[in-house]
Amino acid sequence: MIDNTKIDKEAESTPPSGAGRLVIINYGAGNIQSIKFAFKRLGIDAVLSDDAEEIKAAGKVIFPGVGEASSAMAKLKATGLDKIIPTLKQPVLGICLGMQLMCNHSTEGDTTGLGIFNVDVVKFSKEVKVPQIGWNEITDLQSELLTSIPENSHMYLVHSFYAPKCAEMIATTHYELDYASALQKKNFYGVQFHPEKSGVVGEQILKNFLSL
Amino acid sequence: MLTKRIIPCLDIKNGRTVKGVNFVALRDAGDPVELAAKYAETGADELVFLDISATEERRKTLADLVLRVAEKINIPFTVGGGISSVEDVDILLQNGADKVSINSSAVKNPQLINELAAKFGSQCVVVAIDAKQINGKWTVHLVGGKVSTELDLFEWAQEVEQRGAGEILFTSMDHDGTKNGFADEALAKLSELLNIPIIASGGAGTMQHFTDTFINGKADAALAASVFHFHEIDIPELKLELKNKNIPVRI
Repeated sequence: MIDNTKIDKEAESTPPSGAGRLVIINYGAGNIQSIKFAFKRLGIDAVLSDDAEEIKAAGKVIFPGVGEASSAMAKLKATGLDKIIPTLKQPVLGICLGMQLMCNHSTEGDTTGLGIFNVDVVKFSKEVKVPQIGWNEITDLQSELLTSIPENSHMYLVHSFYAPKCAEMIATTHYELDYASALQKKNFYGVQFHPEKSGVVGEQILKNFLSL
Repeated sequence: MLTKRIIPCLDIKNGRTVKGVNFVALRDAGDPVELAAKYAETGADELVFLDISATEERRKTLADLVLRVAEKINIPFTVGGGISSVEDVDILLQNGADKVSINSSAVKNPQLINELAAKFGSQCVVVAIDAKQINGKWTVHLVGGKVSTELDLFEWAQEVEQRGAGEILFTSMDHDGTKNGFADEALAKLSELLNIPIIASGGAGTMQHFTDTFINGKADAALAASVFHFHEIDIPELKLELKNKNIPVRI
């Protein structure tokens, strides 16, 4: 029996041109290999790029990020991509620090963000252990990005700063308080958790992103 | 609610798992990648790979292994053993490791913790501390416990936190291998003194020991090797037991 899903994926993995291509923004501040491998497990060959034209031409864009906000933002500015990302029209998924940089501001390094999400990122207090490391639940799921994801699914998180509850919130997580663990504004999506490290549920979220 | 983590630890030598690992379903029980995938499937929350090779090629072998693991498994993993420089860490993280664990090199050169935290972020810096009680004082040991230092466990743990460690992996050498339970008293004290997560290691023998270390030891995660490798405790069963004890776990 022919597995059509597999064939579709293989076809998608070697597109003839830039259209439909999945591009992971490579600006020297990401867990890029893990994300690339996660898509490879889904049959998609993602392209790593810091080239504005290649990113603009992509079918979908992943904006990763790990580390400290101000130095990551400095790297982004050095490539000029800080101007490009907010103008993108295709689905864009920010992961972890990538999501935080898409917000207005972060208190980490007093960093001005890309201003896509209208919320300011702040630090957890000393009432809880910082960083939060481990698997926590996502609730109040609201976006097509999270279609078919069960409420209270566990996702893997590693972070010291968070986006407070806001209008663009599409998932809530509780650690010290309820905060926004996923955001959406039009074609821009952001997740604080790591779908690429969150088992089969994380894989489903990546699949959902691919079918947006 | 943030859940308590269960972490199997795989000892690696020259790219292969060391201890005779008894997994019937595996084609090659010595293959760390296959074993890691099995653990990921059965509900492990995270994995630790501890490299104990002593060969010239060890850095490259470990970097290659990390790449193969990252390609295959969909849960986070930490790599430790012989990591002593920013360059060592850079290649491991580039190859897909989520965190690195440093031990002796942190004691010899504490500034390494600051450098790693500044360059890669605290979230990927785990400091492993091996300690045992000498005349009632918890004393830090190096080189797999062979070399004693002057350092007090609690003072050293506070220092590594201040220097930017994101997590502490504490192994009690008094408990390791005994299967009599974790060092819950010392673990609880660490949790009270510090504001970063603590991973309990050394002494797991029964499911009750895990319950105890999460409740009495206030541990954020518990690491074990042989009880998992030899099926004395299976992770799905362990998690159900913990859930029944009202300990938050991911099932």
